[in-house]
Amino acid sequence: MAQYASILFSMILVNNFVLVKFLGICPFLGVSKRFSSAVGMGGAVTVVMVLAIAVTWPIQQLLVAWDLEYLQTIAFILVIATLVQLLEMVLKRFMPPLHKALGVYLPLITTNCAVLGVATLTVDEGYTYPEALVAGLGAGLGFLLAMVIFNGVRRRVDEAEPPEVFRGMPITLISAAITAMSLMGFSGVIEHLFGA
Amino acid sequence: MSKEAALTPGKGHAPEADAPVTEAGATSWKAEFSKGLLAENPALRQMLGLCPTLAVTTAVTNGIGMGLATTFVLVCSEVVVSLLRKVIPGSVRIPAFITIIASFVTLTMMLVKAYLPALDEALGIYLPLIVVNCIVLGRAEMFASKHGPALSALDGLGMGLGFTGSLVLMSAIRELLGAGTLLGFRVMPSFIEPMLIMITPAGGFAVLGVLIAISVWFERRGAEPEGRPAGEPSDTLCAACPLNCGVNDPNRVNCADGSLAEQLRRFEERVERGLAEKNDVGGDV
Repeated sequence: MAQYASILFSMILVNNFVLVKFLGICPFLGVSKRFSSAVGMGGAVTVVMVLAIAVTWPIQQLLVAWDLEYLQTIAFILVIATLVQLLEMVLKRFMPPLHKALGVYLPLITTNCAVLGVATLTVDEGYTYPEALVAGLGAGLGFLLAMVIFNGVRRRVDEAEPPEVFRGMPITLISAAITAMSLMGFSGVIEHLFGA
Repeated sequence: MSKEAALTPGKGHAPEADAPVTEAGATSWKAEFSKGLLAENPALRQMLGLCPTLAVTTAVTNGIGMGLATTFVLVCSEVVVSLLRKVIPGSVRIPAFITIIASFVTLTMMLVKAYLPALDEALGIYLPLIVVNCIVLGRAEMFASKHGPALSALDGLGMGLGFTGSLVLMSAIRELLGAGTLLGFRVMPSFIEPMLIMITPAGGFAVLGVLIAISVWFERRGAEPEGRPAGEPSDTLCAACPLNCGVNDPNRVNCADGSLAEQLRRFEERVERGLAEKNDVGGDV
């Protein structure tokens, strides 16, 4: 149990996908202006990440068995793109409320580097199937956390009046830097807590 | 190559739309190459491919390696997309482009693994992630699918080198300030303590923010102040779109005619509607 908790929390806090590993920067900067869209995007990414791991992990085993590991990147990106498309159709048909909440963000996730990143990462780390699923969940929740924190920061920044050349993207990136600093304090904490 | 050319119906005799016409010929070739270097620099001006820009720029060697790998993928995939542009049906073009790009990324990964194992180690998962780099898919969709192979190759080379340039600039600043070295050689005198923050993620965000501000400053000098702050991502989800095409920018001719602009507009409307409905039901915080 401890190893799952360790993976989960280290994915959320220590190896946060956005603020430490720089994956999924585009939605992080683009969709974090409004609280509702930040949460919606975070939720959609979490769901897609767990599902993507659930599908790509067995595929990786097949590729290894057939000695086709070099196809990993192509196979993963196509499977993820198809999965997202399928998920949108299924949600639309069977779960309209959820589709209303997450649906609009799904097309954006198809080529989001965070999703392909987490699939590749679990392969590189050699996780077992349950470990990989927990890592996917952790990565998604970490993304959600970063979006929510950054939305709070950004609403303050939007009220401020920085020098003219810093308006827009530059000041957003600098506030992201300060947000990233806040997560640096967690490194080492997880090892201490779970003895991993 | 010849096989792909043969697959393209009527390619031989149909007048090429991209052939840089008549008197302005030479300048047009040059313009397609040089626009990526500064005026439309992917990382600093178009804010594309920010993930690798932030992630691998802790040392100059990584920056060069990542930049050249991306350039290789850009040039090759743009040429192939351009050769196949009349064969690929419009409705499946994005998956087709992704497959082409992924093939070249796999090729690059194999080459790097075989000949530059140290670089492979340093770049880690960011090397396969070139597949989802917005620059590559964006150029395939916006340029290569509308122009001939030679111009597309030039466009890819210009964009790739512009991207490499910004990676090198960024990694030089971070390595110099964060470790006191350049390309691994000690440059800073030993009494200046290295600022470790520069090679942490926080330093990456801060350096990129300052660099973009400087590039905005250069752009603004002498120019009329505009209403919209430069580099401001549009209020809608456009900025998060993998095909970030600057659809809101009236000066960009690339998107004005294509169906992409229309698609994005419809998508934005959908998002706005979705958000409005949600707000009515749940109440926003």
